[in-house]
Amino acid sequence: MSETFVLDGQEIPFAPGQTIIQAASAAGVYIPRLCYHPEFKPHGSCKLCTVKVNGRHTASCTFKAAPGLQVESNTEDLNAERRTLVQMLFVEGNHFCPSCEKSGDCQLQATAYELGMMSPHFDHFFPDRPVDASHPELLLDFNRCILCSLCVRASRDVDKKNVFALAGRGIDSHLIVNAASGRLADTNVALEDKAVQVCPVGVILKKRQGFKVPIGQRTYDEVPISGHVPAPAALTEEI
Amino acid sequence: MVNSGGLQSILRKYEGNPHNLLQILREVQEEEGWISPDRVAALETALAVPRSKIIGAASFYAFLHLQPVGRYRILFSDNITDRMLGNQALMEQLCQLLWVEPGKVSEDGLVSITTTSCTGMCDQGPALLVNGRAITRVDEARIVEIAELVRNQAPLSEWPEEYFRVEDNIRRRDILLDSHFEPGSSLRALHARVETEGMQASNTRSWREGLPRGLVGPATMLDEIKRANLRGRGGAGFTTGLKWEACRNAPLAEGQDRIVVCNADEGEPGTFKDRVLLTSYADMVFEGMTLAAYAVGARRGFLYLRGEYRYLLEHLEGVLARRRRDNLLGHSIIGIPGADFDIKIHVGFGAYVCGEESALIESLEGKRGTPRNRPPFPVTHGYLDQPTIVNNVETFAAAALIALNGGEWYKNIGTAQSAGSKILSVSGDCERPGIYEFPFGVRVVEVLEACGARNTQAVQVSGPSGFTIAAHEFERRICFEDIPTAGAFMVFDQTRDMFEVARNFVHFFAHESCGFCTPCRVGTSLLKNLMDKLHNGHGSPYDFEEIEKLNHILQAMSHCGLGHSACNPVLDTIGKFRPAYDARMAHQDFTPAFDLDRALSQARQMTRRDDEQAHFAAEHGAAQ
Amino acid sequence: MEVTEKKKLKVATTSLAGCFGCHMSFLDIDERLFDLLERVEFDRSPITDIKEVGVCDIGLIEGGLCNAENVHVLREFRKQCKVLIALGACAVNGGLPAQRNHLPLTDILSEVYLSSPGLGNGLIPSDPELPLPLNQVHPIHEVVKVDVFIPGCPPSGDAIWKVLTDLLSGKAPSLGHGLIHYD
Ligand SMILES: Cc1cc2nc3c(=O)[nH]c(=O)nc-3n(C[C@H](O)[C@H](O)[C@H](O)COP(=O)(O)O)c2cc1C
Ligand code: SF4
Ligand code: SF4
Ligand code: SF4
Ligand code: FES
Ligand code: FES
Repeated sequence: MSETFVLDGQEIPFAPGQTIIQAASAAGVYIPRLCYHPEFKPHGSCKLCTVKVNGRHTASCTFKAAPGLQVESNTEDLNAERRTLVQMLFVEGNHFCPSCEKSGDCQLQATAYELGMMSPHFDHFFPDRPVDASHPELLLDFNRCILCSLCVRASRDVDKKNVFALAGRGIDSHLIVNAASGRLADTNVALEDKAVQVCPVGVILKKRQGFKVPIGQRTYDEVPISGHVPAPAALTEEI
Repeated sequence: MVNSGGLQSILRKYEGNPHNLLQILREVQEEEGWISPDRVAALETALAVPRSKIIGAASFYAFLHLQPVGRYRILFSDNITDRMLGNQALMEQLCQLLWVEPGKVSEDGLVSITTTSCTGMCDQGPALLVNGRAITRVDEARIVEIAELVRNQAPLSEWPEEYFRVEDNIRRRDILLDSHFEPGSSLRALHARVETEGMQASNTRSWREGLPRGLVGPATMLDEIKRANLRGRGGAGFTTGLKWEACRNAPLAEGQDRIVVCNADEGEPGTFKDRVLLTSYADMVFEGMTLAAYAVGARRGFLYLRGEYRYLLEHLEGVLARRRRDNLLGHSIIGIPGADFDIKIHVGFGAYVCGEESALIESLEGKRGTPRNRPPFPVTHGYLDQPTIVNNVETFAAAALIALNGGEWYKNIGTAQSAGSKILSVSGDCERPGIYEFPFGVRVVEVLEACGARNTQAVQVSGPSGFTIAAHEFERRICFEDIPTAGAFMVFDQTRDMFEVARNFVHFFAHESCGFCTPCRVGTSLLKNLMDKLHNGHGSPYDFEEIEKLNHILQAMSHCGLGHSACNPVLDTIGKFRPAYDARMAHQDFTPAFDLDRALSQARQMTRRDDEQAHFAAEHGAAQ
Repeated sequence: MEVTEKKKLKVATTSLAGCFGCHMSFLDIDERLFDLLERVEFDRSPITDIKEVGVCDIGLIEGGLCNAENVHVLREFRKQCKVLIALGACAVNGGLPAQRNHLPLTDILSEVYLSSPGLGNGLIPSDPELPLPLNQVHPIHEVVKVDVFIPGCPPSGDAIWKVLTDLLSGKAPSLGHGLIHYD
C-alpha cells in the first residue's frame, strides 16, 4: 500500500480500485454519506459524499482514488452544501422525528446533526405517501424514504429477490414492492432479508419494536455519526 | 386487444430478450392503448424479469402507461414557442369541448388531455400528439374538428392527412443539406481513397507502416475524421476522432462487440434539425453510422429515436431495408470482406434525460433512463458493457460528408476550432422559422436577418440548457469558441417577457429530472416553486437569495448535465433581463409562497363563513 | 445601575399551535434562569394581547401555524422582535399537527364533525369568534422570516440556554452534538 492521496491535508493510503470514501473510511476519516454502504455497489445518488477533487465537485463514493489527488472534504463550504442536500431530503418527504421509531438510529437525522442542520429551511412538500402496513411483521412508511436504493440493491444482490424497486421519475420517484397487489404482504420478503436491515431511515421497520430502546440511548445519541465510520467490507480482499 | 398470440409474436420479434423489454412494452401498448397488469404478469413469466423491474422501468417514461389513458391520448407540446403561439388557450378550448379536465381521463374513458415537453415541431406549432402522432399548426378551427373526430371516435387513420403533415422547412442549405447525397457514395469514396491514395493520406507513421492490410480502411476513416477536426453536434462538442479511436482501442472481452449508437433523442426544446435529417437525409445518417462502425470495428448499431418521432419509424425501417438490399448494410458491405454491420431502431418514450448518452444506453438495455456513474465511459463500457460510441444524428451525417469529400476539405470550412457547418433549428418570433445551415462562425445577427426576425429582444441558443443571448451580444458567433450549440435558436421579440421564458424552461427541467440524484430531483422542484412564487406575485428579495443558492447546488452537486444546466436560463435572464425579475419583487419583506387567504378556502367552504375574520385582508397579504 | 438596566435585553415568548412543552422546557433551564435574568428582562407572555409586547430584542415562538389566528399572532410578533427564534419541532417543521397535511381539510372537518358518531349535532362550528383552520399546517418560516431555529420536541433546557447565551454574547448560535436533536 504505497500510494496515497491527500484528504484535507492528511495523507491517505489506498489500494488499487478503492474509491475515495473507501480509502478514507479505512483510514478512519468520516465523509458524510447516505446511499453508500460498504457492502454494496456504490449508487452515487444522494450526493452527500461530494468532495472536491483537484477543485472539482465529485461524489467520493464512486470516484476512484488515484495517487496525488488533492481532496477537500471537511470544509465549511462543502458542509454547507451537504446541509442543503439534507434539508432537501427533509422537505421532500414527511419527517416527524418525534413520532418516528428510527429516531436516534437514523442516518439521515444523525447526518443532519453532524452538519448542524437547525431547520429544514425550504418550504415543505408535504407529499401524500400512504403507509403499507399489510405485512404481519413489517411496516413500510414511505413518508421517510430518501430513495437511496439500499434496500433495492440488498434485495437484488444479496437476497436475490428483487422485493424492492424504484419507480416513477423525478420528484415522483418512489419505492415499489414486487407484488401485483403492490402490498408488501404479497411479496416473498422475509425478516432475515438483508434488504430489511439496511434502510438508513425509518421506512422499513419491524413491527412491535415500539421504542424498545428509549430515546436518548440510541445509536447516535452517545457518539455522533462521524464516530461510527464503517470499515469498507471489501477492504481485506483489496489490500 | 391483442390476444396472447399477439403478445407471442411481439415476444418472438424481440427474441424474448429482456434487454428489449421497453420495445416489447411499446408494441404491447401500441396495440392495446396501455400496459395492463395482465400483460405485466405475462411478461414477468415470459422474460423472467421481476414485475418490480418492469413497473420500475415503465413508470420512468412519460409515454408508457400502466393505467388506461383513454382511447385518445392528447398531449399538447408545451415548449415556450408553443406557448407563444397560444397552446394554453387551445388546450383549454379542447378540454371544454370534450368535457374533460386537464390531466384526467374522461369518465367514459374516451380521452385524456395534458401537456408534454417540446415535441420538436417548433417551426410549425403549436403542436400536439394524439396517440403518439404529431399534429402541427393547431388552431381554433382545428381544435373544433379534433373534438368532433374524438367524439365520433373516428380512428386516426380516418383523420385528415393534412393534420399530420410535417414540413422540413429548410430555409438555408450549405455543405451538408446541399450535398445531393447518393446512398453508398461515402462508403465507396472512402474505399477508393484506401485503394489509391490511402497510404499517403495517412499522416500517422505507425499505421502507415505497421497496419495489416485489412485495417487500412478503418484507419483511413479515422484519419479523415481526425483531419476534418469534426466535433460532436449533440452540444458538448467532443472531438469525434478521439471518441472513435478510444472505442476502437478499447479491449473486447470474450463474446463482446463494439457498438455504434446514433442519438436521435433530440429532446432539447427548440431543436428539430435531427427530425429533418432523419426525414430527408436518412441515408446520410445511416451511412455515417456505417462508416463509424467500419472505423471502430463495430458490428451492431442502434438508432435511438425519440418517441415524439415515432411516426418516422416505418420510413426509417424502409431506408434500412433498402440499404440492406443494396449491400450498404449487412455482410461484407460494398464487398469489403469483414465489413459487417446492421442497425436496429429503438424508440424512446418521452424522457429528455435519455438524450444523455449513458442514460440512453441504460434505456437501450431496457431499464430506467438514469445516467450512469462515470468513469467508466461508454467508449469502454457502454451497451451491455461493450465499447460503444454515441454520436448525434448530425455528427454522423457530417462524417458521411467527410468521407465523401475528405477531411482536408472539411477542416477549411467554419472556424479554427469549429470545422464545418451547423444546422440550426430556428423558431419563435421570426417570419421564416425552420432549418438553417450555416458555416460555423456565423454571427447571431446574420441568423436573425436570414429568418426575418424583427425587434428581437433575445435569442435562446442551444435550448433551455444553453445560453440566453441579449441584443448587445448579437455580434457574437455560433461556434465552439464563442456560443456552442446543439442547434436550437429560439427568437424572442420585445413583446416577450423573459421571466416567463425562464419559468417555462425551469418547469421543463423539473418535469424531466430523472430523480436519481438529490440536488436535481428536489432542487429543480424547489426552483420551479420559487419561479412560480414570483409569477404569483409573492416575490421578495429573499427569494433571490434562494434562487442563487439553488443555482449553486444544482451546478456543483448534480449527477449529470441536466441538473448542471437546469439553472442556466435563470442565471442568464437574471443577469441580462433583471427588470423582468424586479417587476416581480412585489414585496420588500419576506412573503409566503402560498396565498394566505386561499389557505382558508376549505374552512370557509365547510363553515360557509365569509365574514371579515374568515379572510386575510389584502393589506395583510402585503404585510410581513 | 441605570446603565446596566438599559443594557438588559428584552425577551418575549409566545405560543401558536404547540403543546406548551417547549415553554416548559424553557423553564427547565432552572437556576440558570437567574443568571439570565441579570442580563435580560422578560416581557409578559403575549398570548392574551399581542399588542402589549412592545418592541423586544429576542422573541421565542413555540408551535406551528394551524389557523388564521396563529398567523396574525406570528406576524405581529415578528414585527415586534428583532431576533425571532422558532422554538421546537412544531415551529420548525409543523410537528405533530402537520401530520394532517396529506389529507384535505374538507375531509378532516367532515370526518370529525359530520360522519364520526358522537360528536355533537353534526354541524361544523361556524362561530365568527373561532379562528378558521388553514388548509395545511405550516412551520413558521414559511410565513415570516425566522432568524434562529431550536429544533427538538421539546428542545432541551440546555439547548435553549446555549442559544440564548450565544446570542447574548453576540455569537451566531450553534448546537453541538447532544444538544441538537429533533425528537
Ligand atoms: C440531459 C442531456 C440531454 C442530452 N440530449 C441529447 C440529445 O437529445 N441528442 C444528442 O445528440 N445529445 C444529447 N446530449 C449529449 C449526449 O450526452 C452526448 O454527449 C452526445 O450524444 C454525443 O454526441 P456528439 O459527440 O456527436 O455530440 C444530452 C446530454 C444531456 C446531459
Ligand atoms: S426517518 Fe429519520 S429523519 Fe425521518 S422522521 Fe425518522 S428519524 Fe426523523
Ligand atoms: S426504503 Fe429505505 S433503503 Fe429503501 S430506498 Fe427508501 S430510504 Fe433507501
Ligand atoms: S442531475 Fe437530474 S437528470 Fe441528472 S441524474 Fe441527477 S436527477 Fe437525474
Ligand atoms: S454516498 Fe455517495 S452519493 Fe450517496
Ligand atoms: S410545541 Fe414544542 S414540541 Fe411541539
